Amino acid sequence: MTRTRKRRGEQLMVPRAEFTSYYGRPVIHAPSWAARDIAGYFFLGGLAGAGSVFAAGAQLGGRPRTATAMKVSSLAAVSLSAAALVHDLGRPGRFVNMLRVFKPTSPMSMGSWLLSGYGPAAGAAAVSAVTGRLPRTGAAATTAAALLGPAIAAYTAVLAADTAVPAWHGAHRELPYLFTASATAAASGMALIVAPTRENTPARLAAVLATAGESVATEAAERRLGMVAETWREGRAGTLLRSARALTLAGAATAALAGGRSRPAAVLGGLALLGGSVCTRFGVFAAGIASAQDPQYTVVPQREGE
Amino acid sequence: MTDRNLLSGPEPEPARDAGHPEPSERVGFFTDTSVCIGCKACEVACKEWNAIPEDGMALSGMSYDNTQGLGASTWRHVAFIEQRVPAPEGRTELPLANSAAQAADAAPDQGDLRWLMSSDVCKHCTHAACLDVCPTGSLFRTEFGTVVVQEDICNGCGYCVPACPYGVIEQRPDDGRAFKCTLCYDRLGAGQEPACAKACPTESIQFGPLDELRERAALRVDQLHEQGVEEARLYGHDPADGVGGDGAFFLLLDRPEVYGLPPDPVVTTRDLPAMWKHAGTAALSLAGGIALAFALAGRTKGAR
Ligand code: SF4
Ligand code: SF4
Repeated sequence: MTRTRKRRGEQLMVPRAEFTSYYGRPVIHAPSWAARDIAGYFFLGGLAGAGSVFAAGAQLGGRPRTATAMKVSSLAAVSLSAAALVHDLGRPGRFVNMLRVFKPTSPMSMGSWLLSGYGPAAGAAAVSAVTGRLPRTGAAATTAAALLGPAIAAYTAVLAADTAVPAWHGAHRELPYLFTASATAAASGMALIVAPTRENTPARLAAVLATAGESVATEAAERRLGMVAETWREGRAGTLLRSARALTLAGAATAALAGGRSRPAAVLGGLALLGGSVCTRFGVFAAGIASAQDPQYTVVPQREGE
Repeated sequence: MTDRNLLSGPEPEPARDAGHPEPSERVGFFTDTSVCIGCKACEVACKEWNAIPEDGMALSGMSYDNTQGLGASTWRHVAFIEQRVPAPEGRTELPLANSAAQAADAAPDQGDLRWLMSSDVCKHCTHAACLDVCPTGSLFRTEFGTVVVQEDICNGCGYCVPACPYGVIEQRPDDGRAFKCTLCYDRLGAGQEPACAKACPTESIQFGPLDELRERAALRVDQLHEQGVEEARLYGHDPADGVGGDGAFFLLLDRPEVYGLPPDPVVTTRDLPAMWKHAGTAALSLAGGIALAFALAGRTKGAR
């Protein structure tokens, strides 16, 4: 049950600290969460939250069609994300117990409260924009959703990091930035798809910013994780995260270079950005599961003192 | 109810900090694995008393261990480790098949076979990550300083499962809710000791006030060192460790990971303030980034 492995980078020649396990069994329990529900929730929450900021910006900047379309997108995304969350509960009928206590030490409790504030705001903003009724309420709801949206996009990183899962907890400083960058990429992708070309300059700029932010955050996370970063590079997680990078880069480049003139290019770029964000979330999720299932990722970092 | 002023570090009175005005003395387990004989009386007594459902009868190929690990329906788990020890004077050898034949002319890297046995259980951490992250308040700190799940409140979100640094708590697949050792909360309330400690024939599992157990454990480890069992060590006894010390701690005869235990676990919520801080900054940078994109794009529509 003893394995000795090579470290990467400049310490390539130094053998990894000898590590022992109990019949190769994991030390911690991996979450039983379904990837579709929870990684899907991370993606949808990000799309909704960053989308609400987009909607408010478009409204202020005189881009009414983008504003309305992004409000509808956020409402759809947050509804789907709430459905995914409830679906993943062992006892869906007891969903209301989430609001039984207000508990700052539980990111899931804080998220439930956030969601119960954000959801109705996103809903009111969308309904008012589509029907044209109650414009004042609509404007207030748009503002509220734009203020809560970034929190919705960021807190899911804390939800994942506040566990004993090595690939998530080890990156607890970097994960929020990765998640908000990915959320921005997703929302700008959606804006590129729904907005007319003459309104899409902000989306194209945001896509470029998000792509840069995402690659910086990923680099930083992998550097911080040390040997645990293997779980981000190998297996299913590795494939997903490499696809995420390729899709996001291609999407942002297409949108930036051609999306202002050509509607098909904008749509294509938008779809790639959305796909990239999906891959990022499912990739990080898969890395976490892989790191929980192999005892070396729990034992070796603890032996090395982080 | 679950509010605590500390997220990590020494915390002498977790029950009081959890809001019990007049807590009982904090109790726990000291599991001295050096006297464990692997009879599994604790596993059986636990299953019986707590009416835990059967959870598989497969043979694992892991020595005499067929329960394999703690989980939703295994709250005591006896680990069996077969080892070759290089130095025969390490500890009293158990006579195993062929051991006499090996004694004289065995190769230098072949020692005698030794068998480690250890009854694992929920650690009832001073800083319990499972309890900290539970969004419903289903997990709570009892007046005895132990950590218990309330079945009628748990909604099966499963957050406690990856939060536990020891891989203890788990959801039952057919039920969805999370289960783990209660340190026999019902028996404690009636002035009884937990079923496993009661059933243990060698007093490998000792139950009592935590302070007393810690003193007893320190004496026992000294005694073993005097007898030449140098590898004897305590695990989870230190209130200054990453989880503030365990309510259930151990005397081990090898490194913790050999038994499937994490060598230096930390309660994840120790880093929660940092996480919220970074999440706040990240949220602001999201808003700032999109605002910047709109500012650069300008107000006029149809700029292109
Ligand atoms: S060992 Fe795990 S399940 Fe037990 S109290 Fe500690 S964190 Fe909770
Ligand atoms: S599964 Fe139950 S006990 Fe565990 S965190 Fe969720 S509500 Fe709490």
